[in-house]
Amino acid sequence: MHIPDGFISTGVAVAADAVAVGTVGVSLKKAADTMEDKQAPLAGLVAAFVFAVQMLNFPIAAGTSGHLLGGVLAAVLVGPWLGAICISLVLIVQALFLADGGVSALGLNIVNMALLGALGGYAVFTAIRRITPRTKPVVVLDAAVAAGISVVMASIGFWVEYALGGVGEVSLRAVFAAMVGIHFLIGVGEAIITGLTIGAVMAVRPDLVYGARDLMPRLEVRSPTPAQEG
Amino acid sequence: MDRKNLTLFVAGGLIVILGLAFFVSPLASKSPDGLNRVAIDAGFADTQKDSATAGGPLAGYQVKGVENESLSRGLAGVIGVAITFGIGMILFGTLRTIRARRRPDEGSEAASAP
Repeated sequence: MHIPDGFISTGVAVAADAVAVGTVGVSLKKAADTMEDKQAPLAGLVAAFVFAVQMLNFPIAAGTSGHLLGGVLAAVLVGPWLGAICISLVLIVQALFLADGGVSALGLNIVNMALLGALGGYAVFTAIRRITPRTKPVVVLDAAVAAGISVVMASIGFWVEYALGGVGEVSLRAVFAAMVGIHFLIGVGEAIITGLTIGAVMAVRPDLVYGARDLMPRLEVRSPTPAQEG
Repeated sequence: MDRKNLTLFVAGGLIVILGLAFFVSPLASKSPDGLNRVAIDAGFADTQKDSATAGGPLAGYQVKGVENESLSRGLAGVIGVAITFGIGMILFGTLRTIRARRRPDEGSEAASAP
């Protein structure tokens, strides 16, 4: 899913850079407004996890592989804003140090995987949660389904970018069908990895799962009540 | 939650992550990923240009100078994890500091839970 340099015209890539800067800027501001102390090391851990697991390409069809994008995984664990920053950080490290994803395509990749994948994917997660039972196992399933959908959303994001600034004369309809078809399969892998990971964290430290905060027993503030009996 | 448990969780998590990067990543599929497959089949793969960072010491998840491909990939993964975690800790630590300064009376973690 990492777009290399050259696939998309410079004009569209620069426009995507602007959207990406906006996405990261808003996410940084929102995160600075809302984050909890314990989320700082957790977000670092999530970014490192996404980096490592993105290296684990799994085969999906003859001669084709896929890997985790991690947007919903990150957003459900640390919240959408920190999650989008985690994915953007991974993409920046990959482009600058690993030559994975073009440097000029960084904005495009942030739009697809952080804006659509993490923020968009978290919106899907929230929508699914509204119509499903509020239990811990169901939250894990909701995250898995949203993760799968987010991969297809990211692949459609690429298609829009390709439609706007694709270099070469290729049938857009064929690219759409191929992108969505293959990324549906990759989305199944994304759903499995996301479900297993969120499920594991829920088993060990459910209090660290942002997307399931509403299921945690609330801390009550008990003030000494003025003696009414008597 | 208590800080000691959180430190333990992060340390344990890091060990798992480093293990995935070093031991499992060399076993990953080397086939082109979904996007590259589409590019090859649809016929626009040749429009790809080399990344500006393609000459870097970790380019393509291979550590320059380490001949063994699996070892090289594993090491590149470990270094990449270290870079990502390092920058992340600085960045997220800074965000936490900004938040704490803005709302000094809400510094503790339990108090800020919505």
